[in-house]
Amino acid sequence: MKTIIDIKSLKKDYHIGEVTVHALRGVDLAISQGEFVAIMGASGSGKSTMLNIIGCLDRPTDGNYLLDGVNVAGMSKNERAAIRNLKIGFVFQSYNLLSRTSALENVELPLMYNPAIGARERRERAMAALEAVGLTDRMDHMPNQLSGGQQQRVAIARSLVNDPVVILADEATGNLDTRTSYEIMSLFQELNARGKTIVFVTHEPDIARCMTRSVVFRDGHIIREEEVRSRLDAAKMLRAIPVEEE
Amino acid sequence: MNLGNLLKVAIKALKRNKMRSFLTMLGIIIGVASVITMLAIGQGSKKSIEDQISSMGSNMLFVMPGTMRMGGVQQGSSASQRLTVSDADAIRAECHAVIAVSPEVRSSGQAVYGNSNWPTTIYGANEQYLEIRSWEVVSGRNMTDSEARGSAKICLVGRTVADELFGEGIDPTGETVRFRSIPFKIIGVLKEKGQNSFGQDQDDVIIAPYTTVQKRILAQTYIQSIQMSARSAGESALAQQQVEEVLRRTHRLREDEDNDFSIRSQEELATTMTSVTEILTILLGAIAGISLLVGGIGIMNIMYVSVTERTREIGLRMSIGGRSVDILLQFLIESIMLSVFGGLIGIVLGFGASSVVEALTSWPISVMWGSVFLSFAVCTLIGVFFGWYPARRASDLDPIDALRFE
Repeated sequence: MKTIIDIKSLKKDYHIGEVTVHALRGVDLAISQGEFVAIMGASGSGKSTMLNIIGCLDRPTDGNYLLDGVNVAGMSKNERAAIRNLKIGFVFQSYNLLSRTSALENVELPLMYNPAIGARERRERAMAALEAVGLTDRMDHMPNQLSGGQQQRVAIARSLVNDPVVILADEATGNLDTRTSYEIMSLFQELNARGKTIVFVTHEPDIARCMTRSVVFRDGHIIREEEVRSRLDAAKMLRAIPVEEE
Repeated sequence: MNLGNLLKVAIKALKRNKMRSFLTMLGIIIGVASVITMLAIGQGSKKSIEDQISSMGSNMLFVMPGTMRMGGVQQGSSASQRLTVSDADAIRAECHAVIAVSPEVRSSGQAVYGNSNWPTTIYGANEQYLEIRSWEVVSGRNMTDSEARGSAKICLVGRTVADELFGEGIDPTGETVRFRSIPFKIIGVLKEKGQNSFGQDQDDVIIAPYTTVQKRILAQTYIQSIQMSARSAGESALAQQQVEEVLRRTHRLREDEDNDFSIRSQEELATTMTSVTEILTILLGAIAGISLLVGGIGIMNIMYVSVTERTREIGLRMSIGGRSVDILLQFLIESIMLSVFGGLIGIVLGFGASSVVEALTSWPISVMWGSVFLSFAVCTLIGVFFGWYPARRASDLDPIDALRFE
């Protein structure tokens, strides 16, 4: 399988006043196409920093990072913006949808920053992405008319719309109840089954068990990296949870 | 992001907060509307004064006797007896840039007809006087040269005098009116001129041959002033020069002596009068300009609030590929749109307010296209200037911090 993310001896230091914080102290990580990787660790372990660097939101202090064969470690701010636009899809814990903006327009947003894509293609691709997350009938709804799970689906559709090489999810189920969490995980598993590479930051072991591999951080190092045995099928879990009756 | 998308995004953002957008624009609306209206009012009052001054006569010049000393006592100019009919004749004969000359003497008194009487002023002049003062005869005729020189007991009356002595709208041509017990036969009625810029009724007047007024009423040989018309507005200065030469010669003034007369032109009068309104226009415009500035600061304030409020949106836009310049342009275009839309509404409102003022004051108010263009340009500049700093702040945000902003 093709290697999507290839990280070697990655370091990241922050300077807060006169104190230097070593957030990452030399990390090696390779993620191949089609993997569904959980990044775990306590807060302060460096997992968020790792995700920011993988997502090209931040630059490493030292080390190499090849994303889809391109060295992005030394890229400028604008170059990184362009890479994010073309190769990365983000899903956030708090959805980050634009308020008073329809689901369809929210999904269209990444394509607005790609001058190569015209209005018609933008609309068609956004509609296809919403269809892929099962929200065809909610296209014209505003975020405040949607449930948390539905909002997160819109956010997932938004991360899919530019056909990224990797989807980065930052505690994407953190704001959702168990049932909705499994719904969302089921959707991610479906996307992964269709070949999408996904990197998912979480601290819930049950959620991590839905993925193919888990990477655990502590104090800026990867302390454990293992294939997930007895992987959970989120759709099956969902059926096992009784529907709450009001 | 291309310009079309940027505009779409900006319009959408402004629509999301309609009330706030409107209130922000209101500052600009009021600013622009007041700039346009104030300048229109200033321009209108200036034009109204100019119209009134040009109604006084055409390319008019007049000579007044200068002040003089009598045994060490400075005398008022009316006490001077230096101007004579022969001065007027010399000007007529020699000054080519002058096309009409009339001596002027005046006296006030009661005009009497039957049992009605009216206090008015009688002007002694010649047949060219009406031309100089742009006066038309609506009924009857003007006096002739021989009547003017031959002390004929005839006169022309202004509309006010005719109304007061004979009754509203009655044509008194052919009647005889008495002024200081001298009977004058009315040969014509003057067209109505209305008030002049000093608030004087220009129709409260009787015009008679200067010889008659000199001999019969005032019993004097000198005249009070000489009224003239230059050939054209452009030759006004030349006419003034020629008249000065002639009068210095007829008055036998030595090289080192000052003029014992003064020549004034209508243009000078107009300049003096309009300079006041020009100052007023600048003052009004400046006050209105300040309100425009305050409106601009309002935009800046709201844009700062908006940037803070939408920090997460900015973070999101950056994370999905928005470059700093995209974010900068997004906010800049929003503020330009606020100011430009506000400006457009302000222009419409300014036109409306100007026509209301026109209806109330009956000044010939005209909105200057220059002021419309100027205030619109200023608006756009305000949008850029006051939008720049908030937009800059937005574009300088770090996407990670912005996404985490609570």
